Amino acid sequence: MSLGSVPLKYKISIDRDQCMKCMRCVDNCSYGVYRIEDDKILIDSRKCTACHRCISMCPRDAINLQEKPVDYRSHPLWTAEAREDVINQARSGKIILAGMGNARDYPVIFDRLVLDACQVTNPSIDPLREPMELRTYIGKKPAKLEFTKNNGDIDLTTKLAPNLKLDTPIMIGHMSYGAISLNAQLSLAKAVAKTGTFMGTGEGGMHEAIYPYQDHTIVQIASGRFGVDIDYLERGAAIEIKVGQGAKPGIGGHLPGEKVCADVSCTRMIPLGSDAISPAPHHDIYSIEDLAQLVRSLKEATNWEKPVFVKIAAVHNVAAIAAGIARSDADAVVVDGFKGGTGAAPKVFRDNVGIPIEAAIAAVDEKLNDQGIRNEVSLIASGGIRNSADITKSIALGADAVYIGTASLIALGCRVCGNCYRGLCPWGIATQKPELVNRIDPEIGAEHVANLIKAWTLEISELMGAAGLNSIESLRGNRERLRGYMLDQGLLDVLKIESVGA
Amino acid sequence: MCGIIGVIDRTMSRMDGSSIKEALSLMDERGSGEGAGYVAYGIYPDYADCYAIHVFFDNLLEPKTMVDKILQTWGRIVHQEEIPTYEQPGLKKEHISWRYFFKPYTDLMVGTTNPDDDNVKRLVMSINSDVKGALVFSSGKNMGVFKAAGWPEDVANFFRIEDYKGYIWLAHNRYPTNTSGWWGGAHPFNLLDWSVVHNGEITSYGTNRRYVESNGYQCTMLTDTEVVAYLFDLLGRQHGLPSETVVTALAPPFWDEIDEMPEKQEEFLRTLRLTYGPALMNGPFAIVVATKDGIVGFTDRIKLRPLVVGENGSRLYISSEEAAIRTMDPEVKTIYMPRAGEPVIGRVTV
Ligand code: SF4
Ligand code: SF4
Repeated sequence: MSLGSVPLKYKISIDRDQCMKCMRCVDNCSYGVYRIEDDKILIDSRKCTACHRCISMCPRDAINLQEKPVDYRSHPLWTAEAREDVINQARSGKIILAGMGNARDYPVIFDRLVLDACQVTNPSIDPLREPMELRTYIGKKPAKLEFTKNNGDIDLTTKLAPNLKLDTPIMIGHMSYGAISLNAQLSLAKAVAKTGTFMGTGEGGMHEAIYPYQDHTIVQIASGRFGVDIDYLERGAAIEIKVGQGAKPGIGGHLPGEKVCADVSCTRMIPLGSDAISPAPHHDIYSIEDLAQLVRSLKEATNWEKPVFVKIAAVHNVAAIAAGIARSDADAVVVDGFKGGTGAAPKVFRDNVGIPIEAAIAAVDEKLNDQGIRNEVSLIASGGIRNSADITKSIALGADAVYIGTASLIALGCRVCGNCYRGLCPWGIATQKPELVNRIDPEIGAEHVANLIKAWTLEISELMGAAGLNSIESLRGNRERLRGYMLDQGLLDVLKIESVGA
Repeated sequence: MCGIIGVIDRTMSRMDGSSIKEALSLMDERGSGEGAGYVAYGIYPDYADCYAIHVFFDNLLEPKTMVDKILQTWGRIVHQEEIPTYEQPGLKKEHISWRYFFKPYTDLMVGTTNPDDDNVKRLVMSINSDVKGALVFSSGKNMGVFKAAGWPEDVANFFRIEDYKGYIWLAHNRYPTNTSGWWGGAHPFNLLDWSVVHNGEITSYGTNRRYVESNGYQCTMLTDTEVVAYLFDLLGRQHGLPSETVVTALAPPFWDEIDEMPEKQEEFLRTLRLTYGPALMNGPFAIVVATKDGIVGFTDRIKLRPLVVGENGSRLYISSEEAAIRTMDPEVKTIYMPRAGEPVIGRVTV
């Protein structure tokens, strides 16, 4: 092999004095780092993905993982990653795949936004003692109230369109059965049912096991139309048309055949072991009018009883696109930023295409507001939301609610190793291998995810209370409560916020 | 912190401004000498069908020429004059206060059900955002705002408030916390017949402001209160909601209470909250809003600012302090404190 091998990324070692040879590391590593020979544990560090499964299972804390320092000649342009990608592609002639979100060192705008708090002139509100309202309705709202007066009484003529009622502005984004395991999906479904919110099914159909939680699901229709039939549409509390995804704007999806087991094939309605490749565009949507027709056909098919969302990736022209969607009869626009995670995406897309969610939300919100239709359509933000502060800032920038993805998987064990596309996830999440899937107990998984949602909800209440707000309506789009720290004027203008001190 | 007081005589019998001046001055601890103001309804009976447009001019050259031109394009100036003012040792005169009595040309505004009001609203917005050195601070019919940066007595003496007679009066003693004291920032804030006095801070200002701006209003006063006047104009005048419903939209019951209500009421409040979510106001506030038919006072949903109501025959008083009401009317019969978010309404009955 003329190119030879590339250096190791991680180095695993075992403290032999500590090790009790319980062999849990051997059993737990799905990537085959450990093997036993003559009663001795041998290590193949080259196979390690830093998924952390062995370390967290070792009863003796005997395993040590080190990220290997770069041992190439250092070079500012030709980083180790750049060189290795060239070597790997020279060898394979293929697109490089990657899992999870953007791994480039772009500055995180959320970290340069600071929130406000009350002092003296305005009392802060104590959420432990005062009501704090995070309830959020997602769906179409009327522009004005229509009514008739009937001797002092008001009789409503306005009838509300169907809305989803969320007890917290946090939802779980679309991760399909296939991309993730049934136990992972079941954990998420139980968690959203416990916390009064919703999860997306992804474009993989709905497995029978999820049926009991269907009132808390948003079913997705993507370009591959996998798993879509009328029964599926009727089960969801809402329907989402996925046009694009933050991790890979402009392209379709790809579920490798290895992950298409019997159950997945059945739920998705595709042959066993076949690659499930969604096309880049929907072949019935080539314009905004086509989208509007699809939105209306889906509503017609479900008796106008369900809100229809449209999800797009955050791209340069996102505001104008979202405004078009808002006028297409869609009830909510989902904007997915370029730090969003994925099971598998071409690395070049994941790391280079799209724009950050913070700027996208602000731009979309502003455009809809300028057109006087902001309150008539809901705006859901996703893609790289890591904590309750990110959520609070997203809402202050204009979102109604957020979808979280990676964070909910981390609550199930995921260590963001980025190898989801290989189907070997040692945490039982991004895999269909029964022995790995069994590592998740859906009850315990649900508990963890629900805890995360509850904890963040409490933190959002605290942040709101500190800012003197007791209802989420008053946080939404309230840029006054945000300031930019070390952001350039161009970005401050897009975000429509002032600098710190102003 | 600020002191507010309002009174309505429901039979429309008119009161001069002397007692409200005294009552407002009593609340000087709630002010800082940086702003005070009065509004009275029924003061211009001779021009009752004209819009009384009060303007602060920095000088009577370019800004006034421009305002004259704009007004003459969109209607007829029936009469105009400088608002009489009387120098006060404690008050520095910063602007020339001018009033126009104006009749818009109805046929110039098409496509609305209320062409005259819409015409004047648009003129106010455009003068305030485009004409440097001019600020319209009052624009209703048969009513007028008088305000400046100073203590209540000085402002009252400056405009000689006791010379005006009105059936509704509101007054405000300002302790500015979010912007410095300037004449435009003093209360009452007014648009058309809506006038607002406010004690508190509106923490939802960012959201409310965007909402009114997306509906054609422009916030130019550098302070949070003006948004209340615009919200009342939008919901009350343009959308036709009764005042108590506007108050409910601005300070609605909590979801927990709404959930427990009978079905029809639950549906009404849910629909109202979903429709007017961006108009919901948060933060500590006590507000009194006046229009030609009445006044309404209300506080935020957890009542972080005081509000007291007094009644005596046809008179209804709403204020930050009971003592202020008693100063105005030592004979006042009933005194009570409304619950959080509950509107107190005084309507003219003739
Ligand atoms: S899990 Fe830890 S203790 Fe067990 S065999 Fe591996 S290194 Fe040794
Ligand atoms: S889901 Fe599994 S494979 Fe994917 S990043 Fe997380 S731990 Fe790694």
